[in-house]
Amino acid sequence: MEEQVAFYVARGQEPSLPPPRSEVGLPATLRKNLFATPLDSVITVALGLFAAWAAWNLIEWGLLRAVFTGADREACLLPGGGEIGACWAFVNAKLGQFIYGRYPLDERWRVDLAFLLLVLLTIPLAIPRAPYKRLNALLLGIAFPVVALVLLTGGEIGVSGGWVAFLFTLAAFVSAAFAGGSSGARPALLKAAMGLAAVSLLVLLIAAAIRSGRFDLLGFEFSTLSLLAFLLALASVAASLFAGRTGGESSAGAGRVLMPPLVTAVLVAALSVDFGLQPVPTNLWGGLLVTLVVALTGIAASLPLGILLALGRRSHLPAVRLFSIIFIEFWRGVPLITVLFMSAFMIPLFLPDGVSFNQLLRALIGVAIFSAAYMAEVIRGGLQAIPKGQYEGAQALGLSYWQMMRLVIMPQAIKLVIPGIVNTFIGLFKDTSLVYIIGLADLLGTVRRGFSDPNWITPSTAATGLIFAAFVYWLFCFGMSRYSMFMERRLETGHKR
Amino acid sequence: MKNSILALLGSVAVASAVVPATAATLDDVKNRGTLRCGVNTGLPGFASQNDQGEWQGLDIDYCKAVAAAIFDGDASKVQYSPLSAVQRFPALQNNEVDLLARNTTWTMDRDTALGLNFVGVNYYDGQGFMVRRDLNVTSALQLSGATVCVQSGTTTELNLTDYFRANNMDFNPVVIESQDSVNTAYEQGRCDVLTTDASGLYASRLEMSNPDEHIVLPEIISKEPLGPVVRQGDEQWFDLVKWVHFGLINAEELGVTQENVEDMAANSENPDIRRLLGADDNFGEDIGLTNQWMVHVIKAVGNYGEIFDRNVGPDTPLKIQRGQNALWTKGGLQYAPPVR
Repeated sequence: MEEQVAFYVARGQEPSLPPPRSEVGLPATLRKNLFATPLDSVITVALGLFAAWAAWNLIEWGLLRAVFTGADREACLLPGGGEIGACWAFVNAKLGQFIYGRYPLDERWRVDLAFLLLVLLTIPLAIPRAPYKRLNALLLGIAFPVVALVLLTGGEIGVSGGWVAFLFTLAAFVSAAFAGGSSGARPALLKAAMGLAAVSLLVLLIAAAIRSGRFDLLGFEFSTLSLLAFLLALASVAASLFAGRTGGESSAGAGRVLMPPLVTAVLVAALSVDFGLQPVPTNLWGGLLVTLVVALTGIAASLPLGILLALGRRSHLPAVRLFSIIFIEFWRGVPLITVLFMSAFMIPLFLPDGVSFNQLLRALIGVAIFSAAYMAEVIRGGLQAIPKGQYEGAQALGLSYWQMMRLVIMPQAIKLVIPGIVNTFIGLFKDTSLVYIIGLADLLGTVRRGFSDPNWITPSTAATGLIFAAFVYWLFCFGMSRYSMFMERRLETGHKR
Repeated sequence: MKNSILALLGSVAVASAVVPATAATLDDVKNRGTLRCGVNTGLPGFASQNDQGEWQGLDIDYCKAVAAAIFDGDASKVQYSPLSAVQRFPALQNNEVDLLARNTTWTMDRDTALGLNFVGVNYYDGQGFMVRRDLNVTSALQLSGATVCVQSGTTTELNLTDYFRANNMDFNPVVIESQDSVNTAYEQGRCDVLTTDASGLYASRLEMSNPDEHIVLPEIISKEPLGPVVRQGDEQWFDLVKWVHFGLINAEELGVTQENVEDMAANSENPDIRRLLGADDNFGEDIGLTNQWMVHVIKAVGNYGEIFDRNVGPDTPLKIQRGQNALWTKGGLQYAPPVR
């Protein structure tokens, strides 16, 4: 029997047929996603009606029946009584307060300038292709806080000798860490530097508790003990410098070691010099200004502190590990509101009589410590996802602990936990509204204070103010969320799902 | 009273903080150049911020009056610390404020155990009733059988029960958790009567869609005497604030107003007025001020009646009647010892 031969042989790729008409276009999309089954159709119609009803009510309340202009509550009242829509005139009249609090009118340009600087420095840092990343980060991380502090407070904060010594002690620690980071540093001198800094901190603690003789040096009022601490800190920096210098890389290493004390000196100088700005005490700050100050300080402080705590918790040194665990578990175990209460009511009881401690600063420290504890656990989650081979590989290359963390482990770990980090940031941003409890006027607090102005009390004032505040919070949180998604996609290398 | 848990927390914080006040508050204030005044974070008519962000209210004017007395008429030298109910006593105890003018009820416990001194009563508050105007009720004694909206777990609820029982009247309580919800329930017609402190009733009335439909009945059934507070242990400062308060009331009684005070100081023949305004004797210097202290105070904020009218009186949105806060000569409770 003759074999059947196929006469058709394809010579190349046939052009693919267009998809069936029932699978493309708007009607198909609607049918597939919204009206696939009778149940789907019912749900779609019901939810659609609900959405339309909600949207209509919102538009009617917020736009159609709303009052946009007016000088006082009369504008937002109907002559014969009856409900009126949103009273935007209230928001309009109080907008300045919602943004600046009671910051003096003539000085508000300083807040604007600080905010502008922040935006100008943040945007190029956030855009991956913009150049000069390192310089930009230094400006934002070191120069901006100082400039903003001087701008917002007016500078010339009476920095006492004790604070000067404390700042230099911190700088000494950072210097010692930098010196330790460079390869070939002398371990003995390094230990001496760390020891001196630790002793300095100890002396400072004692100086805070007992009074000792006081005298002036360079215009700062030192007590005997705080001066001793200051000198110890300087000695520690010197030790770090020599420890680094005897290693191979001399000039670059020395620069790095000298940077923290130099920055501290500039900071202290900037805070002490009179720039001719009118001082604005923090009790006049309010509104969005306070919200941003608290949130940004918390965000900026929590990330580095959190990284250190996370490393500490995974450290093999028992004291460091124990300290980190206790710190994290303690601060994570108490509600933020308790932390704020303690900072507002308990700290003054422990301070010696007559010593007061800025209310805003207390809240800032509380928020920063609290969020650092959360951040530490997020980062630790990232660290645990890094396979052991990465550590071993880095060690095999001869990297020191800090180099390994900085160059190999942290970049991978942090990338993994970006959603968690941003989650913490967003939570922190919203938690700032809790400072209302301790009498600070953040955005929500200022809006709520507006409700008690008898010139503006109407049935719709409270609803309007709260919706406005909610919208502002949402704008910031949504912005952070979108940027984090962008960063995730950009840094995705090999884990794509 | 409103929030028992917070109040408890606050009193614990205070109880652990009873320390003797540092003496010579007046010297501290003069050296510092500002008076630190603890005020409410926001209470209509008593402490609130206007569109320019300036503090105003009855309590605020007391801060200004004391500042004017100390700083020769400069009422702007006040640093206001908005304090929550829990914060107020610790702040005073810890020397974070010099004067607490924050609608604080004068009670024996606070006056004695907490180490505070109440300088007087700048507003006699107390629980009152609000009803719809069209009910045609003019007295709380006509409320038998009424449905009353009240916040749960407060002394307000107890006072209400006691008052109706004492007067042999029936009522149906509608007990609700938060004051906002109580107001809403009243506005929606779930009850005939709304009860809370009178000053709160006037503020709630402004949130009604038509405030004129509601009236506050004249009866006050509880005592909530609100007044400025200072730390115990500094008699000079206590006397000073007390006499600024008495001076304001005496000024009203004597007809001294913001407008005529300079004229009166120069030309009045009335010995009471001459003593009050420093034309005779040295009463101002005796309390560590200048003899023109009261002239400065009246010029800055007016007498008690003017303060009342400007902040909460009939011409303000709150429209509070003088009632118990009228002078003793006009059937009220405001009475001050003479300057003599």
